[in-house]
Amino acid sequence: MTEVSAAQALSYRQLSVTFATDAGSVRAVDDVTFDVHPGEVLAVVGESGSGKSVSARAAIGLLPDTARVSGVVELGGRDVAGLSDKQFTALRGKDIAMVFQEPGAALDPLFTVGYQIAEAVRAHTDLDRKQARERAVELLRMVRLPDPEHRVDYYPHQLSGGQKQRVVIACAIACEPAVIIADEPTTALDVTVQAEILELLRDLRDRLGSAIVLITHNMGVVADLADRVVVMNAGQVVEIAPVEQLFAEPADPYTRTLLSAVPHLGQGRPEDSASGEADPVLVVDRLSVEFLGPLGSGPFRAVDDVSLRIDRGQTLGLVGESGSGKSTIGRCVAALQRPTSGTITILGQDITGLSQRELRPVRRRFGFVFQDPATSLNPRLRVGDCVAEPLLVHKVLGGRKLRERVAELLDAVRLPADTAQRYPHELSGGQRQRANLARALALGPDLLVADEPTSALDVSVQDAVLDLFEELQSEWSFACLFISHDLAVVDRLADRVAVLRNGTLQEIGTRDEVLRNPQTDYTRRLVAAVPVPDPAEQRRRRAASAGLFE
Amino acid sequence: MTQAAGVDNVAVGVPKRRAVPGIGLLRSTHGLQRATLVAGLVLVAGFILVAVFAPLLARYGFAQTSADGVDFVRQQEPSAQHWFGTSVRGEDVYSRVIYGARTALMVIVLSLAISLVVGVVLGLVSGYLSGWLDRVLVLVMDALYAMPSLLLAIVVSVVVSAGQSGTLGGILSAAVAIMAVFVPQYFRVVRNATVAIKAEPFVDAARVTGAGTSRILFRHILSNVTSSLPVIITLNGAEAILTLAGLGFLGFGIEPTKAAEWGYDLNKALSDVSNGIWWTAIFPGAAIVLVVLGMTLVGESINEALNPLLRTRRADA
Repeated sequence: MTEVSAAQALSYRQLSVTFATDAGSVRAVDDVTFDVHPGEVLAVVGESGSGKSVSARAAIGLLPDTARVSGVVELGGRDVAGLSDKQFTALRGKDIAMVFQEPGAALDPLFTVGYQIAEAVRAHTDLDRKQARERAVELLRMVRLPDPEHRVDYYPHQLSGGQKQRVVIACAIACEPAVIIADEPTTALDVTVQAEILELLRDLRDRLGSAIVLITHNMGVVADLADRVVVMNAGQVVEIAPVEQLFAEPADPYTRTLLSAVPHLGQGRPEDSASGEADPVLVVDRLSVEFLGPLGSGPFRAVDDVSLRIDRGQTLGLVGESGSGKSTIGRCVAALQRPTSGTITILGQDITGLSQRELRPVRRRFGFVFQDPATSLNPRLRVGDCVAEPLLVHKVLGGRKLRERVAELLDAVRLPADTAQRYPHELSGGQRQRANLARALALGPDLLVADEPTSALDVSVQDAVLDLFEELQSEWSFACLFISHDLAVVDRLADRVAVLRNGTLQEIGTRDEVLRNPQTDYTRRLVAAVPVPDPAEQRRRRAASAGLFE
Repeated sequence: MTQAAGVDNVAVGVPKRRAVPGIGLLRSTHGLQRATLVAGLVLVAGFILVAVFAPLLARYGFAQTSADGVDFVRQQEPSAQHWFGTSVRGEDVYSRVIYGARTALMVIVLSLAISLVVGVVLGLVSGYLSGWLDRVLVLVMDALYAMPSLLLAIVVSVVVSAGQSGTLGGILSAAVAIMAVFVPQYFRVVRNATVAIKAEPFVDAARVTGAGTSRILFRHILSNVTSSLPVIITLNGAEAILTLAGLGFLGFGIEPTKAAEWGYDLNKALSDVSNGIWWTAIFPGAAIVLVVLGMTLVGESINEALNPLLRTRRADA
């Protein structure tokens, strides 16, 4: 193996990276060795903190100053691990390029996209301005941005997220580099857009012959695009295998747990026969929310005439892409946002138009789990105090009883008893989300609103939190409004599913009706766009749905 | 929001129940930053010690012009009898410098305490409630900002003391005058931090549980907006001394028989300087410089230590 390294596009030999931090030095990448063949898509997968980004970034010299690199990184037969920043500048773009996670942040808002692509072109060629501009148009056509002659003079804010990512990719392929590092290129995008970008990357690999190092945590994306997969955990390479083999027979126990934790579309628990419909906990009737638009234009309608209901013990999954108004509905139900028209009835009481004081008794019956576990707990309070807060506010318990109740709640969400004395930043993401759940359940609510509760978590953690969620719901039988962009998660948890698009309700029905047999075009496209973590199945789905993305 | 464990340990101004304040701060700095911090802390500690133990350190009273029935020789050079010499009125300069620390400390503590409470409470309420109250308060505070600070201090001190300047009245009027200069600063910092924090999910979480406004303000928001205050407090302390000295120098300070005040002494030393009498001006002047330097050093180092972007780290291993 070691003899043929000259033929590799990129190869890592015993790479280690350490960071100097407040808590001493931290080894982020530990003795990593793998190769990237020319023209292949190599996926580097792992959970957050596994060192996947750091090892990839070492090849392009984009590590912070606090990092110390040892080992060998060979790019086209040349060791680049010890290069200075200046030497890297000569390589970047020409031999190796990068596609970033957040396309909005990777483009300079003050320059047109054409200028930015031309800059990338002119950095390594001696084309003049006009030729560089023509090349930019050509590149935009290559990444299939519609109307490239015109769009080349657009500023980034005039493009959508998916179009911006196309521009970033155009910058990356400007000088036809041998290696493209794509760091979570679709994580910030909606599923339908993600499907288009993945299609583009596959197409580019075929046409340019560049090797793509795809860094991702999404197993569906891996199954869709990768040829070979490197699995990393805690800074070390756990397994390297071709993609079919990895999904079919994972060799390492870590890979097996990782794969089994990934939620699968179509893996939900079997439908329970609907129990009595007589007890609606939440009824949303013809809800509309408008926000003030910019001066001169009319108000922006975030939610448009949406009606839903949830019965006791039921979970309604509310899905939609970004900007579909799903979170706004959640905030209205929690009375954090006033609806423009329509009514929200919780347990028979209309909560629209109630004052904060009048809302208090309603809020006793109510829990809310937020998206980001890191920011939804007060960083200056101990976890025990955070969980006790609802009990204190409603003066339910005090003194020793309060502490006992907090211990009970922490136990119910499987947190160790000493967690009560710790601060939120001392917990992991999954533990924090458990603490959030404990707080939401403190008063034994009848209704729980969960706004993307697992989207900030790693898959294995997500799996555990979802398990806990199901278990608690069957035990406490609260109704749940589960807001998510992830169809696979909704499929696993929800009894009924509502699909939102641009503030309007597209479809609502039982899980099987909506996800297995969608009635509207949009839902069909949404379901088809979700990559399934199984290469063979994903290939079949891709062929079947090719007609939907035109 | 970067909430690394290290950052949390160094929040000195915020009462932490676990860490000894200062140790974490000291540990998080190194090299030149640590030297700066230590130098500042030594100067400030010396200042506070001198102020507290002034009666023990001073050899005479601050307004004393004679001992054992014998008047001091006026404008006498530094000697074994009078270490820093005597002033034109025959007071012992050394004793007045020592007692001056006491006046300065009282004024700083008083003015900072008042302006901290007023500025923080107004800032919290204004930032969280927003609406017309917020607009009016911001307008008033910005108007105060626009006034030259010394002029503002003079006006306020005249209004408060109404020409009287006893020990307590003098100190109080100086403190209130300085407070008027500082309240807008605390107000602005706290208000802006509150506006940012109130959009955080944990505030929404508190609202969803049904917590009242005052509970949200003082239990959830307050502890999260105070992290930048230690820096302003120490830097303002330095400015407070300068303002106090300025007031005293211009004659709006405290009567020399009621308290010793560095600015006033500097003013009285004006004519001495041209006559070659240096000791009446140098010593109070040096005291002002040292205390201001100490507080500025501490403030700047806290700022650098609290800000992970400015903090230097030891790169071992």
